[in-house]
Order: sequence, then structure tokens, then C-alpha cells
Amino acid sequence: MNEPTVRIQKIRKDTVKTRLIVFGALALLLLVCSIFSEHLTPYDPYLQDLTNVKAPPSAEHLFGTDRYGRDMLSRVIVGSRTSIYSTLLLVGIVTALGTMIGVFCGWHGKWIDTVLMRISDMFLAFPGLVFAMAVAGVLGGGLQNAIIALVAISWPKYARIARSQTLAQKETSYLKAARLSGSGTWKIIFKHILPNIIGPILVTSMLDIGTMMMELAGLSFLGLGAKPPTAEWGSMMSDTRSLLSTVPWVTLAPGFAIFVSVMIFNLLGDTIRDYADPKSRGR
Amino acid sequence: MAEILRYEHVDITYNGFKAIKDVSFSVSEGEILGIVGESGSGKSTLIKAAMGLLGDSGLVTRGDIWYKGKNLPDLSASELCKLNGPELGMIFQYAGSSFCPIRTVGAQLYESMTEHKHISKEDFRILAFALLEKIGLRILDSYPFELSGGMQQRVGIAAAMLLNPSVLLADEPTSALDVSVQKQVVEEMLLVRRTFGTSIVLVTHNIGVIGAMADRVLVMRNGEMVEYGETRQVLEDPKEEYTKLLMSAVPRLRRV
Amino acid sequence: MEPILKVENLTRVFTRKGQPDFTAVDHIGFELYPGECLGLIGESGSGKTTVVNMITRLLDATEGSIVLDGEDITQMSGKELRRAYRKMQMVFQTPTDSFDPRCTLGDGIGESLRNLGMSRAETKQEVARLLTECGLTPEFADRYPHQVSGGQCQRASIARALAVKPKLLICDEATSSLDVTIQKEIIALLNELRWQRGAKLSILFICHDIALVQQFCNRVLVLYKGRIVEQGVPDEIIRNPKDAYTKRLIESVL
Repeated sequence: MNEPTVRIQKIRKDTVKTRLIVFGALALLLLVCSIFSEHLTPYDPYLQDLTNVKAPPSAEHLFGTDRYGRDMLSRVIVGSRTSIYSTLLLVGIVTALGTMIGVFCGWHGKWIDTVLMRISDMFLAFPGLVFAMAVAGVLGGGLQNAIIALVAISWPKYARIARSQTLAQKETSYLKAARLSGSGTWKIIFKHILPNIIGPILVTSMLDIGTMMMELAGLSFLGLGAKPPTAEWGSMMSDTRSLLSTVPWVTLAPGFAIFVSVMIFNLLGDTIRDYADPKSRGR
Repeated sequence: MAEILRYEHVDITYNGFKAIKDVSFSVSEGEILGIVGESGSGKSTLIKAAMGLLGDSGLVTRGDIWYKGKNLPDLSASELCKLNGPELGMIFQYAGSSFCPIRTVGAQLYESMTEHKHISKEDFRILAFALLEKIGLRILDSYPFELSGGMQQRVGIAAAMLLNPSVLLADEPTSALDVSVQKQVVEEMLLVRRTFGTSIVLVTHNIGVIGAMADRVLVMRNGEMVEYGETRQVLEDPKEEYTKLLMSAVPRLRRV
Repeated sequence: MEPILKVENLTRVFTRKGQPDFTAVDHIGFELYPGECLGLIGESGSGKTTVVNMITRLLDATEGSIVLDGEDITQMSGKELRRAYRKMQMVFQTPTDSFDPRCTLGDGIGESLRNLGMSRAETKQEVARLLTECGLTPEFADRYPHQVSGGQCQRASIARALAVKPKLLICDEATSSLDVTIQKEIIALLNELRWQRGAKLSILFICHDIALVQQFCNRVLVLYKGRIVEQGVPDEIIRNPKDAYTKRLIESVL
């Protein structure tokens, strides 16, 4: 009889962990940079130098200078603080609010569920950013009002996810077991439902950081967010858009910063989703 | 009778984990072989290997699976694709879920058939009608959701039989069914063997189904062969301790 | 003797928009006496699960009444219902799914005890005792459901059900997702508990395997399309089935 054939198996490595470390580290770096932004700037970001306006990128001024002779690199670094922190704050508020409403609807059901879900439908029916502009317009400009406006248009998405997840949880045997163990509503929500649904919700919010940063920058760009001279990426772009054809670096520098940070948070969100979902691992 | 499928010293590895260790058996023409074992015994892995359905992480790391002079683990994906269907048919635990819900059963059977040979719609209808008539199903114009679980399973068998394969590989074909429906499906598979002379490799954890169908039985545990022999001998007079344990654990109906 | 569980005229109708009403359970009634083990057998879609969900009050009944240990629980809710759950516990079909994946087995088993106001230390001791009683070691309290086998998890699930010393134990297909050798062990454990507790423990055993019901139950109800079509001692019914469905069921056993 023939000898049995032997085949060598190539074992594929799981790359999710590596990706998680890389993008996590990048995001962390971004956060650290924005915390210590004031100490990292090569020049004073608000110092005007009228002898050196609209200077193109050079060894001295990596991103050039704007029309008041302020160093663009310093302004972008300082702007990271406003941009990144207000975005994280915004995402945090939206996630918490949406989840609370969603879990409540899913668990309680009946008429409260119907009422709240129809309200969320109403919010979803408007084109998001236009609605946010209207809200910010009514409340007046300013970063705080821009955040309120974006919370108002973004919570329904989280409420829907949390609601459907809660409905799915309600059908599980372990929740039935918890009810039979005599646990009350609050204990069941905080001990059993929330820990089990928070994964997919956190992934959504990670993926939303990029979008929110863009929307916040968009509102600032339209003059409804941060006010000059505060360095904020969106308002910086808006300030300088008339100069785009003559001194493009002034507009491109904050644009590039938005692009890079949105990219990092999106990739991190994607990776966390893959990591949280064992089915998509190993591909 | 002539051998049609032969496993020789087969080892199967999933990402470095050995799921099957040194398994050898053979199936003759028209034979029904039952592979029985508990969860994690590797019984499904065995037949998936023949169809090339081990996925990216699984590989037959040692041994050969011979079918009509071809060594299945060494065939390329496209060669295997040509064999799967006309030569090796497969039935799954949930046949219903492999049908598209918005098209009729007939249209889908036609499509799966034209993948392998050119046939006109009229010829197909005649052929399919004759086959379905033989196994007592008139469902060409039905949608999958109109059929009960047992019917869907029988349509799954019919779909596999349309291409008239020499070997039918069945992975837990009755495990999701109620006992009364399970009996119909078992009878249908027996009818298929009688009518077409098809060999069947039946993977199940249900000893009752094995007893009703299989000519020979292979008992698996933790990826290793425990006992291999004639059904009656293995079920009624097991030689190995594990088989004895398994047989004694099956609740049997006492008909007084 | 007073029945521990008395179900009368229990009915559940599911209504959906644009579809005719569907009666899942149709005026069924039965009694379960102390120390008895009553089998409930039927195929998928027969209404077994709906009956169980109504008895455990996880689903409201459309009509009828459920009396547990002399107390009508049909309309109970909140605190009252939680008190009723001290008399009635359940073992689920898929053991791994019946424990919260983010809590240890010990947390799950001790949850009802903590809810009764037992201290952390006492609960820990009691959980250890329950685990030992169900054939596991106290160390299992610190494991997570995915770290143990199906059989071990089902033992833990029985331990959880026994924590409040219930008078009624409902086993909803408690062995059907397990391998036969494990099923045999779990049945042996249940038999031991029955023998130890005598009249203090009654079991409602939902199952689709008539051979297992014959082995384990004193009496059996055959459920078909939401109605009880036959009831009696398993041996009697198997020898001499009166209803057409029961006949077909018994003939189908391989």
C-alpha cells in the first residue's frame, strides 16, 4: 500500500490584534498631542508677524504662515485640542443619551416605545446637517450650541441600535433566568442588558468619531461653531477659503489635519468592530 | 461490490489543531455508511473534507481520499467544483436555508442543474418532474417558504439527486426535524438508494437513524475511529467500551 | 392532595396585523401533584414553549388561570410575581445560553439568593454547596459559561434553579441539546434530586423524545396543535395510543 500523502498547512496569523495596537497607539498619540498641544507648538499660534505673511512652507514654517503671519503648524496643533475634545465630548453625549433612550424603549415597549420611536423618526426625516444648521442658527453660533445641534440630530441612530439590541436581549434564556431569579428591572438593565449591548454601540461611536469631527468642522466652517481667533480646524479652513487659489497651504493644513485624524479614528473603529465580532476575525 | 470512495489514514488540521487523526474507511457502490459520534468528534469534518468545504483554515494534512482514481484533497478548486454535484452530492442540516426565498423551487433547481450541464427548460421540467414524482413531491412551482421543514429537507435531497451523483454526503439531514418527519426523510433516502443505487455517507448523532439506514457504521470520538463494522454488530454487540457507553445512553422506547 | 400546579383553560392567541389570529395554546388544563414528574410532549409548533412561557409568566395568557401552590399567579406582576418565583424555577434548553456570557456561573447561581437579601459570604458558601450537590466542584463558581462544557453548564443551571428551594422545577427540553451520554448523566442527576426531595419537588418535563419521557416521567400529556390530545401513564399510552397523532408519533420512533 502507498504511503499516505503529507501536506503542509500554512497557518494564517490573526492580524486584528496588530491592527488594534497600531491604530490604538496612533489614536492615543493624537490625544496626547492635543492634551499637550500648547507645549508642542514651535511658535505662538496667536502671534502675528506682519513682516512674514503668506510665507510658503519652508524649513522654518513647515506649513507656511497665514495672512497675519501666524505659523500654520502651531495653529493646527493648537486647533487639535478644540477639534478633538469637542468631538469626543459630542460622541460621548450622543452615545449615552441615545443608549439610554433605546434601552428604555426596548425594555418598556408599549406606548412609550411607540411615541419615542416616532419622535426619532421625525429627527431622521430631516437631512442631518441642514437640521443642525437650523438648530445652531436658532441657538446662535458657538461651539457649545454646535454640539447641542449635533446631539439633536445624532441620538436617534444610537437609540435605534440600543433598542433593537435590547429587544434581542429580552429573548435570551439568560434574561429569562434573571427574571426568574427575582431580579428587578434596574438590576436586569444594568447588570445584564447594558454590558451585553455596549460592544456594538461603542463600535458605532468609534466609527462616528470621524463623521462627527467632520460635521463639527463643517458647522465651524459655516461660522456656526467655534469663533475666530480660536484655532479650530473647521473655522480655520472657513477663514482662509478666499485665499485657496493664491496661498493654498493655509487652507490645506487644517484640511490635512482633519483628514488624518478622521482616518485614524475610522480605522480604529473598523478594527474594534472586527475585534469585537469573532466571526469576522481571521479573514 | 466495487469501492467508490476510500479514506486512507486521513488527518485533518484546523489552524494547527488536529481535528481528525488517522481515519480510514471505504464506501462501496450502493452502500450506506453511517458516521456517528458526539459533538466535537469530527464527524462532519470528515465529509466536508471530501467536498473541499473545510474552509481557509482547514486542510487534509495527511492521507488520501480516493474517488474514482482521483485523490480529492489534491484536486484544485475548479476540478472539485466539477465533481461536486454530478459526482458527489451534499445534503445539509438545514436544506431550506440554502434556497433563495423569493424564487420558485423549480427555477432554483434548474439553475443549479445548468451549472453542470446544458439542458433546455422543457427537458429539465420533464426530468425534474419524473424525479420528483418518484419521490412523491409536486413542488416545482412552490416557493421555499410554502414548504414545511421536512418538505424542504426532501427537496434538498431531490436537488442533490437531479444531477444523479454516485455518492450522497448527508450532514445531519434529520437532526432539525420532528420524529414523525424524520421518518419520512429517512424513508426518502432509502428510496433514493433503491431507485438510483446511490451510495450514501450519513453523518448523524442519532443512533436510531443509523440503525434504520446504515449498512456499516463508523463510530468517532475526539477525531479518532473507535469502532467500524456492520451496523447490527456495532449497535447490538459493540466491542469497544465507548460504543457500549454510547449505546446504553440512548433512550429506547419500550413497546410492551 | 392539593396540586402544586393547576392550569385551567389556559389559552394564548397571537394577533398580528393583516393575518388571521393564531391560537398557539387552546384551552388546556392539567394538574401537577407534589413529588410528581409530568411529561409534556409534542413536536415543534405544538405550543410547548408557549405553555411554559405562560406558566412562568414571561408571557401573558389570553384566557385561563394558573394556580401555583394554591395561589393564583395569572395576573401577578412586580413584587408579588418575584415572590412566586421562589416556588418555581426553570432549566433551559441550551445551557450555555442560559447564563449571562459576561457573568460567572457563581454570579448566575447566586443571583436569586442575593435578591433575597443574603450576604455575599453566605451566598458564596451556598453556591459552593449547590454546585457540589449537582456534581460539580465549588471552583466552577468562578468560571464563565463559555469555559465549561454543555453538560457542566447544565449542571450549573440545575444548581441555579435549586438555589431558592423551589417546589416546582420546569425543565424545558433540558437535555435535548446535549449529547446522549451527557443526557444520561443529567437525567441521573435529576432522578437523584427527585429521590432525595420526595414530595418537596415536582417536575414539569418538556421534551420531544417520547422514549426519554417513558424513562423519566410518571405521567405524560401529549400536546398537538395547542391542544392536549392524550394523557396518562407513559407505558399505557405507548402500548395503546388512542389518538391518531399519538399513534403516528409512536410509530415514527426508529
